[in-house]
Amino acid sequence: MLSFADTLVQGLLLGGLYALFALGQSLLFGVMRLTNTAHGDFIILAAFGAWSLSLLTGSPWLAMLLLLPLAFAGGYLLQRLVLNGTLGKDPMPSLVVTFGLAIIIQNLLQQIYTADPRSIDSGGLNTATFQIAEGLAVGALPLLIFGAAVALTAGLQLLFDRTDLGRAFRAVSDDREAAELMGLDHRHVYALATGIAFLLVAVAGTLQGMKTTVAPSDGPSLLLYAFEAVIIGGMGSFYGTLLGGMLLGVTQGIGFRIDPGWGIWSGHVVFLAALLLRPSGLFPRTR
Amino acid sequence: MELLSTRKLEAYYGDSQALFGIDFEVEPGEIVALIGANGAGKSTFLKTVCGLLPAPREAIRFGGEAIGGLAPGSIVRRGIALVPEGRRLFPSLSVEENLKLGGYVRRAGPWKLQTVYRLFPRLQQRRAHPAVALSGGEQQMVAIGRALMSNPQLLICDELSLGLAPVVVKEIYQALGELCRDGLTAVIVEQDVAVAQRVSRRLYCMQEGRITLTGPSESLTREQISRAYFGV
Amino acid sequence: MTAPFTVSRATRASRIGGAAALVLILGLSTFPFWADAGWMREFDELSCYLIFALMWNLLAGYGGMVSIGQQAFVGVGGYSLLVLGNHLHVNPFLAVPLAVLVTLGAALPISFIAFRLQGGYFAIGTWVISEVLRISVANVSAVGGGSGTSLTALRGISRSTREAATFWLCLAGATMAITAVYGFLRSREGLALLALRDSETAAESQGVDVPRTKRAVYLIAAAGAGLAGALYFLGNLRISPDAAFTVNWSAFGIFIVVVGGVGTLEGTLVGVVLFYLLNKFFSDYGTWYLVGLGLLAVVVTLKRPAGLWGFVSQRFDLHFFPVHRRLIPRERERACAT
Repeated sequence: MLSFADTLVQGLLLGGLYALFALGQSLLFGVMRLTNTAHGDFIILAAFGAWSLSLLTGSPWLAMLLLLPLAFAGGYLLQRLVLNGTLGKDPMPSLVVTFGLAIIIQNLLQQIYTADPRSIDSGGLNTATFQIAEGLAVGALPLLIFGAAVALTAGLQLLFDRTDLGRAFRAVSDDREAAELMGLDHRHVYALATGIAFLLVAVAGTLQGMKTTVAPSDGPSLLLYAFEAVIIGGMGSFYGTLLGGMLLGVTQGIGFRIDPGWGIWSGHVVFLAALLLRPSGLFPRTR
Repeated sequence: MELLSTRKLEAYYGDSQALFGIDFEVEPGEIVALIGANGAGKSTFLKTVCGLLPAPREAIRFGGEAIGGLAPGSIVRRGIALVPEGRRLFPSLSVEENLKLGGYVRRAGPWKLQTVYRLFPRLQQRRAHPAVALSGGEQQMVAIGRALMSNPQLLICDELSLGLAPVVVKEIYQALGELCRDGLTAVIVEQDVAVAQRVSRRLYCMQEGRITLTGPSESLTREQISRAYFGV
Repeated sequence: MTAPFTVSRATRASRIGGAAALVLILGLSTFPFWADAGWMREFDELSCYLIFALMWNLLAGYGGMVSIGQQAFVGVGGYSLLVLGNHLHVNPFLAVPLAVLVTLGAALPISFIAFRLQGGYFAIGTWVISEVLRISVANVSAVGGGSGTSLTALRGISRSTREAATFWLCLAGATMAITAVYGFLRSREGLALLALRDSETAAESQGVDVPRTKRAVYLIAAAGAGLAGALYFLGNLRISPDAAFTVNWSAFGIFIVVVGGVGTLEGTLVGVVLFYLLNKFFSDYGTWYLVGLGLLAVVVTLKRPAGLWGFVSQRFDLHFFPVHRRLIPRERERACAT
């Protein structure tokens, strides 16, 4: 019984990490219907960036702090200079361009860092644990990651619901032309959204690098987890994405316990089942 | 001195021409109506004025400045606001949020949330509701209020009466009349010719991308209008 | 009273091209009698990429369904060949068309899942499906598990016979794939597809059964990918889940189609040739070569979306695989005849 509780808890905490992966994608799809197939690779790019910065500065937290403005600028420029030109009725240009970017990032990372996995020194945080009950321990880092996921989800939802920028995001997403008539420049608004999404990517990448190792070819897996969390939870809702991530984490955890070879597979299958049974997700926001 | 004028304005959708040299004028403070059947080119004309369709720079002048072909944002910043056909309120935003978005460009002027609510008290009651949950008439008020929030000199209203009961239409145009008495200039596009004639000082009639009739609304006869409207 | 125009589909280029293609195919079929085994193997691989790319183009360029998961069917085709040959003792060359049928059978239920998604999410969803299959296969030790296994069914056959038969099968497969896709596009269903690509609602209002047409295209593309898989691993002699279900298939397919010219058959052919040449000269540069491919795909999409062939065909009005019908006024027709 206790070991099941342990699996559940570990799965939920893992889900927090998946939610962190997914929030950026949820944001981009919600605002501009963009599917960034390089999303996972950007997370890995951020992780390697954090790894280099943490070597330079001696602290992973300082590394994350330095990474944030770089990530925002990178996202803003990427959207403004490259991705804005791919948006439209046809999904092909954005998919091909982001897929090309994925290949470029993976191979550049491999060229610079070699294919060896790296880990960011978290100063022992990745091994510290709290004893909750007899036989049930939670890692400090997974707990921190989960807390970050909840905080960032709440923050994003607040941004969308209460701020001027959030209002602009929702308006542009509802009716781009009408928003232009009010004076909004969609190119700028989209780029701000991508900048914010990349902030989330930077946080997610750094934490991933601290929790476990990262290798240049890890990107696609992270993309799939993020994508599944968004779909299971329901498109258009950040809390839905958080819950979707948690459900995915628990499913994978249970799958792993049954047989390690079927862990990730279970997550994929639950995703496909969700597609068949409840395609709009657990908490869809109707438009 | 006209507030808005167009000279020989042409517009194209790709290779097909939609406007064939439109000459149009609005004096400050007046209400001018633009009527015509579906497909006559009224929406195309509005789109070029508001920057949604390209136009030669000199073909459209506003307040003495050539504004043809500028981006919609620049046009709003110069003082032209559009109440779009079908309202086009933002479904994800509440009434108040829609209004606030209208004020995005922050032009100086008397219009703020409170002044809009004074004009349309019903909106204040329902300000937290999703804008699209309101009745047709109330949605039209939101659309007008949203346009007013940018403190325009010229308000362009595309098909205000569409889908609304006659008593509601009367209420809306009454409010518009008051606004123009206070100094606002308005161009109204209307399918309902009777309403257009009643509310405006002058009117233009379009057919197949051309102006076919213009004159003081009071003195135009039904026969003149029919001929210009349908081309028979 | 004859109409003042005729409707024609063939162009002068297409008539010349058709004749040239026939000569080429006949010439190629003599390879096993004199050509180097290395050449034949290269051609085998190339024809697999060609078939895959043709199918990807059909699905995305014509059907409007961009997929990053077509490798699922490459894997199904390859592993069907393995099971048919090794475990069911079917003649491995006969097993190729059977593997295609198996892939078709698998594609039907899969299409119902995939079609729950659209646009960008359809693309990633198909990738997830492919991953499900990959992991499933990797967990089955009877087919070699994660590290794969060899096609022992080919052991009893002499080397030259095997190489010749594989080559002819690849040549036949590639020719059939081109003919099938071209034939489909010229048919009534193909016309429906072109209409669908331009506007789904307009097509539907004209009586086109949109879901059925899309499903038909998906199934054809899947069968084609299965063919590519079966042929590839027939020539490779060894199969593994990572090689069969790798997303690289889609990556190469996307590159070939996009850089060559999406939405045209000629574009895919041009893209394959370009891909082959780039591979030959630059693949030694490893990761830089792949960065280059990715960069090329990005730049082409942003700057010249019609691709290499699109640029040429628009500039010179050249069409070797004309799919559209043209109106030829009678006067001009008479003038051409004199």
